[in-house]
Amino acid sequence: MAETKPVLMQGNEACAEGAISAGVRFYAGYPITPSTEIAEHMAARLPDLGGVFIQMEDEIASMAAVIGASIGGMRTLTATSGPGFSLKQENLGYAIMAEIPCVVVNVQRMGPSTGVPTAPAQGDVMQARWGTHGDHPIIVFSPASVYETFYLTIAAVNLSQKLRQPVIMLLDEVIGHMREKVMIPEAGKLLVEKSSDNIPADWKPYDEKGLTPLVPFGFGHYYHVTGLFHDQYGFPTGDPTQVERALDRIHGKLEKYRDEIVLTNYIGHKEPRVVIITYGCTVRSARAVVKKAYWQNRLPVGLLSLQTIWPFPGKEVAAIAKQADVIIVPEMNMGQIVGEVERYACGNAEVVPLNRYDGEMMSPDQISELLGRWL
Amino acid sequence: MEQLTQDYLRTKKLPHIWCPGCGNGIVTAALVRAIERTGYDQSEVVIVSGIGCSSRAAGYLNFNTLHTTHGRALAFATGLKMARPELKLFVIMGDGDCSAIGGNHFIHAARRNIDLNAVIINNHIYGMTGGQHSPLTPTGMKATTAPGGTLERAFDLLELARGAGATFGARGNAAQPRQLEQLILRAANHKGFSVLEALSPCPIAYGRRNKLGGAVEMLREMKDSAVSMEKASGMEPEELEGKTLSGVIFSTEAPEFSEEYYRSIGKA
Repeated sequence: MAETKPVLMQGNEACAEGAISAGVRFYAGYPITPSTEIAEHMAARLPDLGGVFIQMEDEIASMAAVIGASIGGMRTLTATSGPGFSLKQENLGYAIMAEIPCVVVNVQRMGPSTGVPTAPAQGDVMQARWGTHGDHPIIVFSPASVYETFYLTIAAVNLSQKLRQPVIMLLDEVIGHMREKVMIPEAGKLLVEKSSDNIPADWKPYDEKGLTPLVPFGFGHYYHVTGLFHDQYGFPTGDPTQVERALDRIHGKLEKYRDEIVLTNYIGHKEPRVVIITYGCTVRSARAVVKKAYWQNRLPVGLLSLQTIWPFPGKEVAAIAKQADVIIVPEMNMGQIVGEVERYACGNAEVVPLNRYDGEMMSPDQISELLGRWL
Repeated sequence: MEQLTQDYLRTKKLPHIWCPGCGNGIVTAALVRAIERTGYDQSEVVIVSGIGCSSRAAGYLNFNTLHTTHGRALAFATGLKMARPELKLFVIMGDGDCSAIGGNHFIHAARRNIDLNAVIINNHIYGMTGGQHSPLTPTGMKATTAPGGTLERAFDLLELARGAGATFGARGNAAQPRQLEQLILRAANHKGFSVLEALSPCPIAYGRRNKLGGAVEMLREMKDSAVSMEKASGMEPEELEGKTLSGVIFSTEAPEFSEEYYRSIGKA
C-alpha cells in the first residue's frame, strides 16, 4: 500500500479518484443526476493525466465508446443513473459476451422511470443483476461509505481487467453526494494490478484452456470481437457444443475467482440471535443500531454487510442462517435482495424484510423498532 | 496484388453467408483493394461493423475486426479512435444500421469530424431480417412491413452527413467497383469524418418484391442511373430526374476531433 493522506471527499469524487488511482484513463459519459459529478471530475482530471474524457451523444454511445477504448488497451469508466443504466444494458451485455473489461457506475435514484431524480433508493439491485438479456454473469459492488467507494472502485477496475469482465459500482445517491474523510494514496502512486505483459505467440483471445489477458488492437493479433457466440479465436459459431462451452466459460471464471470477488463484513455478537443483512447506505443505519444494541447493551445482535451483492454471497448468508433465529433485511426498495437471502437461509432462520420506498433514507429507528420484537 | 488481397481476407471463413446476387462481396472486395492501396500496415487497420448482412464483412477481413451491436458501430469506433488515434478505422454499416437505429451516432460522428471512414452499404432494405423498409427505402417501394409500398420519405444520406458536419461524402455502386475502390481510397486519405455510400443490389429481399429483376438487371439499372458530378453540372433538373449522383459529392476541411483533443491536452 502506498503512502496515504486524509482528504475530505464526496462519494462521486471518490469513485472518480479511485478509478484514476487504478489506472483508468478513459471516461465516456452523458449527464444525468445524481452521477454527474463523476463526469465533471473526470473532465477536469483526465486531460492533465494524458487521458481521454468524452461526452457522448447518449448513454448507449457512452457504453459503446468505453468498450471501444478498452479494446484499444485503456482502462475505462462510465457513470450514470437509473434511466441511463437502462440504456447501457445492451452494450453491457456485449462487453460481458466479448469479455471486454470496463467499470460501469450506477448512482441509483428513485425509480421507476424518471422517478425522483434527486431521491435515494436501492431499486436497481435486480436490474444490475439481470438488466441485460441472456444468461450472463455480473459483478456488482455496493459501497456503504465514501472510503469504501474509493477502494471498491479500485478493486472493480483491477478485477475487471483480471477477469475481462464488466464490473458495476452500484452507488446510493446518499453515498454519491455525501462528504467523508478518505485516506487516499499520495498522488502519482497508482494502485494498478498489472495483467500479464508476456503475450505468447499462440495467444488466443478466448483460449479454450482458460482466461488470457486482452491484447489490444493494433499489435498484429488479427482476432475478431463479436457479441455472437464465438470460438476461441473470436469467430462466430452456432455449434451447440461450442455455444455451451462459451457460456460455461464466462460464468466459470467468476466461480473460479469467487473468493476474490465476494466481499462481506460481519460485526456484532459471536452467537447472534438476530442478524441484519444489508448493503449500500442502509449499512450505515444498521451499523448505528448494532453499535447500540451490541456494544452498549450486549444484546445478541449482528450485522452482515455486503460489499459485493452479485455474485450473491450465498455461502456467507447460509452460515449466518444456521446461527441466527432471525435475519432482518432492510432495503430502500420493495424487497429485492431479501429473496436471495431467503433462498440461501433455506428455512434455517426466519427472514424478515424491512422496506422503505418513499425516497428517504432508511433510519436507525426503523430498524431498531423491528429488532425490538425479538429482543 | 492478388496475393496481398488474399492476405487481407480470412479465406478459411469463406464462403460468405450472403445470398446469390448480393452486392456486399463486390463492395467488400473494393474496400480490401482500397486498403491495400493506402499503404497502411495491416496491424494499424481496424474494421468496425454493426449488425446486418453487410456488417458480417468484418468477419471475413484479416485485420483487427470489431463486430459490434446494431447501430452502434460508430460509437464503439469513436472510443477506439480516441484511445488509439494512430489506428486507421473503417466502419462498415448497412442502411438501416447506420441511418435508423444508428442515426444519432452517425450525425454526432459527423459533427465531431472524427477521423473515421464510414462505409455504408445501401441496399435500401433490411436484408437479414427478410426485407423490411429502412430510412433509405425510396417512397413507394414495397417491403414486408410496407406491403402497399412505403409512405415514408427516404433520407439523402450524404446530405444528412453534410448537414451534420461531415467533411467528405462520396457515392459509388456495386456495378462500378473500380470507381468504388477509388472513392474508398479518397475517403481513407481524407482527414476527418468521411462517408462513403455504396449502393448495392439485394435481389432476394428487395428486388424480387419490387419486380426489379435479378442481380444483373439491378446492377445495370444502378450503372445506368449513375451520373457523375461533372456530368450532372451540365444537365437540366428534368434530365436528372431518376438519376443518382455518383463520385465525390462534397469534400471540405475542418479540424479533426482526435487530433484537436490530443493537441488541447498537450499530447499531439
